Amino acid sequence: MWNIPFVPPTASEEGVSISILYWAITALAVVFGAIVLFGVIYLAVRYRADNNAVDRSNAVDSDLRVELAWTLVPLVLALIIFGWAAKLYADIYAPREGYYEVFVIGKQWMWHCQHPNGVRENNVLTLPAGRLVKASIISQDVIHAFSIPAFRVKRDAVPGRYNAMYFTPTKPGEYHLFCTEYCGTKHSEMIGKVIVLPEEEFQAWLEKGGQGLATATTSTGGGAAAGGTLTLAQQGEQTFKALGCNACHMNPNSAVKVPDITQTWGNDIPLADGRTVKGDEAYIRESILNPGAKIHKGFQNLMPPYQGQVSEEQLVQLIAYIKSLADSGTGGN
Amino acid sequence: MATATYTGTEKPNYLNWKTSVASWLLTYDHKRIAILYLVSISVFFLMGGLAAALIRMELATPRGDLLTSDIYNKMFTTHGVIMIFLFLIPSIPAVFGNFLLPLMIGARDVAFPRLNLLSWYFFMAGALMVLIALFRGGIDTGWTFYTPYSSSFAKGEVSLAIVGVFLAGFASIFTGINFLVTIHKMRAPGMTWFRLPLFVWAMYATSLIQVLGTPVVAITLLLVAVERTFRIGIFDPNLGGDPILYQHLFWFYSHPAVYIMILPAMGVISEVISAFSKRRVFGYHFVAFSSLAIAIIGFLVWGHHMFSTGQSMYAGIVFSFLTWIVAIPSAIKTFNWMATIWKGRVHWDTPMLYALGFMGLFVIGGLTGLHLAAMATNVHLTDTYFIVAHFHYVMVGGAIMGYLAALHFWWPKMTGRMYPEGWGKLAAMLVFVGFNLTFFPQFILGYMGMPRRYHSYPEEWAVLNVLSTAGSSVLGLGYLLPVIYLTWSLKYGKVVTERNPWGARGLEWELVDPVPDPHNFERTPIVTRPAYDYGHPEEPTGFVPKPRPVVVGGKDG
Repeated sequence: MWNIPFVPPTASEEGVSISILYWAITALAVVFGAIVLFGVIYLAVRYRADNNAVDRSNAVDSDLRVELAWTLVPLVLALIIFGWAAKLYADIYAPREGYYEVFVIGKQWMWHCQHPNGVRENNVLTLPAGRLVKASIISQDVIHAFSIPAFRVKRDAVPGRYNAMYFTPTKPGEYHLFCTEYCGTKHSEMIGKVIVLPEEEFQAWLEKGGQGLATATTSTGGGAAAGGTLTLAQQGEQTFKALGCNACHMNPNSAVKVPDITQTWGNDIPLADGRTVKGDEAYIRESILNPGAKIHKGFQNLMPPYQGQVSEEQLVQLIAYIKSLADSGTGGN
Repeated sequence: MATATYTGTEKPNYLNWKTSVASWLLTYDHKRIAILYLVSISVFFLMGGLAAALIRMELATPRGDLLTSDIYNKMFTTHGVIMIFLFLIPSIPAVFGNFLLPLMIGARDVAFPRLNLLSWYFFMAGALMVLIALFRGGIDTGWTFYTPYSSSFAKGEVSLAIVGVFLAGFASIFTGINFLVTIHKMRAPGMTWFRLPLFVWAMYATSLIQVLGTPVVAITLLLVAVERTFRIGIFDPNLGGDPILYQHLFWFYSHPAVYIMILPAMGVISEVISAFSKRRVFGYHFVAFSSLAIAIIGFLVWGHHMFSTGQSMYAGIVFSFLTWIVAIPSAIKTFNWMATIWKGRVHWDTPMLYALGFMGLFVIGGLTGLHLAAMATNVHLTDTYFIVAHFHYVMVGGAIMGYLAALHFWWPKMTGRMYPEGWGKLAAMLVFVGFNLTFFPQFILGYMGMPRRYHSYPEEWAVLNVLSTAGSSVLGLGYLLPVIYLTWSLKYGKVVTERNPWGARGLEWELVDPVPDPHNFERTPIVTRPAYDYGHPEEPTGFVPKPRPVVVGGKDG
């Protein structure tokens, strides 16, 4: 009876800050709520119609000073909390540096996670404790949301766009993973777990290709991590060849004049219409699926669109590959 | 019109002067149209409530065992669509707004009586289409119809339901236009803007939202049906559309729609608290203008539903800021209501119990809105049971408590009968206790991360869910009682022979017959006093009847 939880575990740095804010707002709400609730009951009892023992003289029905007081006091408190919460949000969700990146693909009705070294997991995400993690989240069908209550973070998985979410797991353990955006019949079965391992254990797990962790394969249904000997970027290179991209790109003998994709990642790309665009995941993804959308300055669009021919998994691999070309051997982040 | 006419000896009233079915279905009388709406939405409320009962029964156990996940998804969609579009949005405006607005401002009817009747027919046609969609297999999109699920994935009669909501939306627009014009042009002589009852101010603010917001959601939903039917890419990224655009358009209406539900309830609470404290509403101007402030600022906060979608952080910060600002007018109202009770003569009758209950629940709903206005906590809480609890506290605890307060307060005027007071008080208590038992545990579940729209959930949350389900049965009983005793009172309730059984102020109490005359006022009143003029008990009324009936043109100011 007494082990009913009333608060979730707090297992990330961000979770600690958000919890403090949560309880601060709760305290404020309790104070104001108590003033109103007890105030109403007190007044309604004290001034009940048959109580003639109370003073009802000078019962004014307007007073600018009290109006200002109960307008300005809540306003100032509101602005303080607004600022606090907005700053905290910006600190957590604005782009950060020095992260371990995982790609998360939501689909009806499972979560597919890919690590940079090629380890893949379904409905389980294994992470190291003590390191900043960036989850790049996308959906291949409807909108889902990737929610880890123990970390107090959440991001929608939107088809057609990568959303980034940053967090720093602190406590090793197993935590709930939910889809929190309604996505169809088995929405409530689109769940899994996040497993946080101490750094050394995590590295060992990664090197074993995501094997050897009994907990990872239990009770989540299809939670087995599938490893491989190839990194995500190497998988991307295979996909690149399989799709025939190398006939034009990365081919010094190509008859077709194409932009140099080793110069894509992280650079400002000049476009034919005069704009410039950042060479990021979104740009690469769009340029594969719909090459005509943003045409590189000085080139013609000769590439066929790959919309409907490349899966989100393959897109993630291709992006990792193109990224690795720019990083030129530095090995991801 | 060749219908049965009244043959009794007493003065006829709006209920008995004509009694044929046609005299009801073709009536232009705002009071009869209000009754048509009252009967219709009461049926829809019971249907939506039944779906809610099934949802809570399923959630009594962690495993999904009572319903299949597909049926469960259809149930929460049914509950949401019916309660929002077929009950809450029309509830106070279409029933009490229709019934009271002309009476309160001294007019013979609304400005466009035919449009008013058309509104009910649009509403019923829309409702019929929604119900056909629900009975022909149901829809499982959720009441929010998020794309691309609704436009490209969901099965069932989604388009039919959307067209139904579209039609019901036009009913709402017609009501809004009618009220705006009525308030501007048909106030009796002397009924200046600042002599209007605060319920009228609230209806004015509500009508602004109905007229300016509803077309946006109507067109947006139609675009979903277009994408569904003709595969024209608007919201589905596979067709070149943008799914987040849908959310912007949807919430541009659907956030203000929350104020369509709560502002009229706030108007009712101002009337009831004043009448049962026998005191002028404290800070009349602040309460009146806070309604307008809510309506206007409420149009600028929709993005706070989308902090986790990846919307621009800077846009998010602006939306969060405006959300904090829109909380302030609600706080102003609450404090002014408290000050109204201060030094009043408080009568603890049933309508007042509902009004006090409203304050208790609305305050909890409003204050938990702070956790959601704050960006960093919002992201953790959004789409969890915290949200479910929050909006039920506002839209059920607030809007329905206001609706029930109104129903009990104006019941004698609408029907000429009094309900049994003891049963009224019991029901008010059951609703308050049952409501808190149902929804308070959901705040805790939400903070722990329990997602909404889940058919099954982890074991450790079973106890709080059982508590919530238990509470919902108390709440259900609390809602069922008024249905029974109010219906009973139509035949057996004490006949009300006096105009003003509550001793309230306002034209509808002081100058209108116990059950209103079909034409409201024998003579157009001239108003010489402010609203809620409780300070002069020696003078029976504050109104001078004009010598003979005239049609009153409006004059502003």
